[in-house]
Amino acid sequence: MKSITELEELRKKALEKMGVRANTDGYRIVVGMATCGIAAGARPVMNSFMEELQKREIKNASVTMTGCVGVCRLEPIVEVIDPSGNKTTYVKMTSEKAVRIVAEHIVNGRVCLDYTIGYEDKK
Amino acid sequence: MQIYRAHVLVCGGTGCVASSSEKLMSEFDTHLNNNNLASEVKIVKTGCFGLCARGPVVVVYPEGCMYTMVNVEDVKEIVEEHLLKGRIVTRLLETGQNSEGIETSLDGVEFFKKQLRIALRNCGVINPELIEEYIAFDGYKALAKVLTEMTPGEVVDTIKKSGLRGRGGGGFPSGLKWEFTAKAQDDQKYVCCNADEGDPGAFMDRSVLEGDPHSVIEAMAIAGYAVGANQGYIYIRAEYPIAVKRLNIAIEQAKQYGLLGNNIFGTNFSFDLEIRLGAGAFVCGEETALMTSIEGKRGEPRPRPPFPAIKGLWNKPTLLNNVETYANIPPIINKGAEWFASIGTEKSKGTKVFAVGGNINNTGLVEVPMGTTLREVVYEIGGGIPNGKTFKAAQTGGPSGGCIPASHLDVPIDYDSLIQLGSMMGSGGLIVMDEDTCMVDIAKFFLEFTVDESCGKCPPCRIGTKRMLEILERITDGKGTEGDITKLEILAKNIKAAALCGLGQTAPNPILSTLHYFKDEYLAHVNDRKCPAGVCKSMMQYVISAEKCKSCGLCVKACPVGCISGEKKVPYVIDNDKCVKCGACMEKCPFKAIFKNA
Repeated sequence: MKSITELEELRKKALEKMGVRANTDGYRIVVGMATCGIAAGARPVMNSFMEELQKREIKNASVTMTGCVGVCRLEPIVEVIDPSGNKTTYVKMTSEKAVRIVAEHIVNGRVCLDYTIGYEDKK
Repeated sequence: MQIYRAHVLVCGGTGCVASSSEKLMSEFDTHLNNNNLASEVKIVKTGCFGLCARGPVVVVYPEGCMYTMVNVEDVKEIVEEHLLKGRIVTRLLETGQNSEGIETSLDGVEFFKKQLRIALRNCGVINPELIEEYIAFDGYKALAKVLTEMTPGEVVDTIKKSGLRGRGGGGFPSGLKWEFTAKAQDDQKYVCCNADEGDPGAFMDRSVLEGDPHSVIEAMAIAGYAVGANQGYIYIRAEYPIAVKRLNIAIEQAKQYGLLGNNIFGTNFSFDLEIRLGAGAFVCGEETALMTSIEGKRGEPRPRPPFPAIKGLWNKPTLLNNVETYANIPPIINKGAEWFASIGTEKSKGTKVFAVGGNINNTGLVEVPMGTTLREVVYEIGGGIPNGKTFKAAQTGGPSGGCIPASHLDVPIDYDSLIQLGSMMGSGGLIVMDEDTCMVDIAKFFLEFTVDESCGKCPPCRIGTKRMLEILERITDGKGTEGDITKLEILAKNIKAAALCGLGQTAPNPILSTLHYFKDEYLAHVNDRKCPAGVCKSMMQYVISAEKCKSCGLCVKACPVGCISGEKKVPYVIDNDKCVKCGACMEKCPFKAIFKNA
């Protein structure tokens, strides 16, 4: 890194890639992979997402990981960020739930309400 | 192999077959043939989509449209409209939205509303293994600003003005520490990061390193520039393998981008970073012991002064901060000292991360502005106590801290208020305890930890804590005497005054604070041979209520030592001489006829 300009260019490129801006299309599936998440079974969940996306040849979605979201009791936690930036937080995830989220949310843009954090909290 | 322009996936799962997906397939066949599409469109029978309640389900690719509750009559429309003319049949599309008023994102949930995330700003947001994502969220901007626009003195001043205090436990003003190290004269200086998180129940530092390792790396480089060091060490326990792995990846990536190494941002400043693994000894979190361990020696503390800022690693001036302290640095540089100083209370600025655990609904990681009350953390963010039980106390500061009773629930959480209550902020473990917790037992638990972890260098800690533990064991065994409590108090005060390092000096704190707020429990153990919470096994008995017992015999099956006896229609009894007090009978009893008699 030689200059601030270089850093700024890198930042812009990275932002675009992450789909934080509205002009990019595609879903971002973010799996919490801190110790709490992994202990609760985040790894098979992430694998199911990848397998399912591959199986269905879905090109407009990416799977990525992140650290502890904070609500460790609800791990594994997966956040799905849609192309316009809306965030859905799915909790207590399993491989089976991942399959359904790909079919309903990623393919059809329909949030699986019964897996969301708000639904879990109302239980 | 033939290439089709479209795939029609019909669910062949049990649920959908039951709702006639088989018929749908043949119907599709017919209509595709009628329209001469059979060679262009392929019908695929798939496994379950998981949406059985709305079956039968049909998905059409490449659009990926999901049609639900498809009737045989709808097939003609799908084929003629969608497959022939390319118009999606919106009528059948599954797009139902949030109609039930359920919060779908974490941001809208009560848990997050009272929080303010500075140290955790990127945790759960970015991919920790991709430096680009950190950079996308203003990463390394603070380092660039410091190197190209500020003098080292200005950096130290900014940290001083921000009012940031060490998040590792002591709460020493960070800016002052930076200033001392910067002023020390030597040809070589070091910057260290304490990632040896050992408090029972604490995991803030691990979470920061796992979720946002670059924020610590960036902050250490800034610190290196400010104090005049070109070498940094992160001391982390080997029990944190994921954090270690991600740190290694992060350091490697920072080096590739030239954010670590020589002439960073084209300036004269060079900075390198290495990881040192600790074996997870509690004492190695103490600053002098930590540095001794980095030097390759047995991790034992040494007397201070001289302080690390004057003589630290290899007797060179060394700046040592905790992970969370460092994580606050880049935002302070980016947003300014005034911004940071405007958050929190008069003497405790910014936010604090807590690992909330114990008898609380929302266990997890919480970051709140200093001055947030304990009640807000426990009830509003933590969601209160499970199973309708009442709050008894909160333990903060780990083995160096103490308990805060329910009467002080409205205490604003900051360094000084907690010390006034005989507890401390510590690194940020917050263990909530309900009415079923025995406070003597809690004190014993923390003492057991200190005795195990004492490095043994100084007698007050090595011998004194062991003696205190023996007294506590006597009391919880129901063999305590009146004099034991007095002895405990004298020992505790002497160890506090005489121990060599901070760990020994604070080891009696759990005893002193429980004695202060819950002396009646100690007295009940000693005088009445009773444990009011029903925890201490020697003083507790399981009893079967003759009225409630239905003689079902489930408890007999559950009992591992066969101490329960009885016959049909006669209430069962427990032979308390044989009973091992495992509680299995109480758990199994469907009539709640078995209870603890404290």
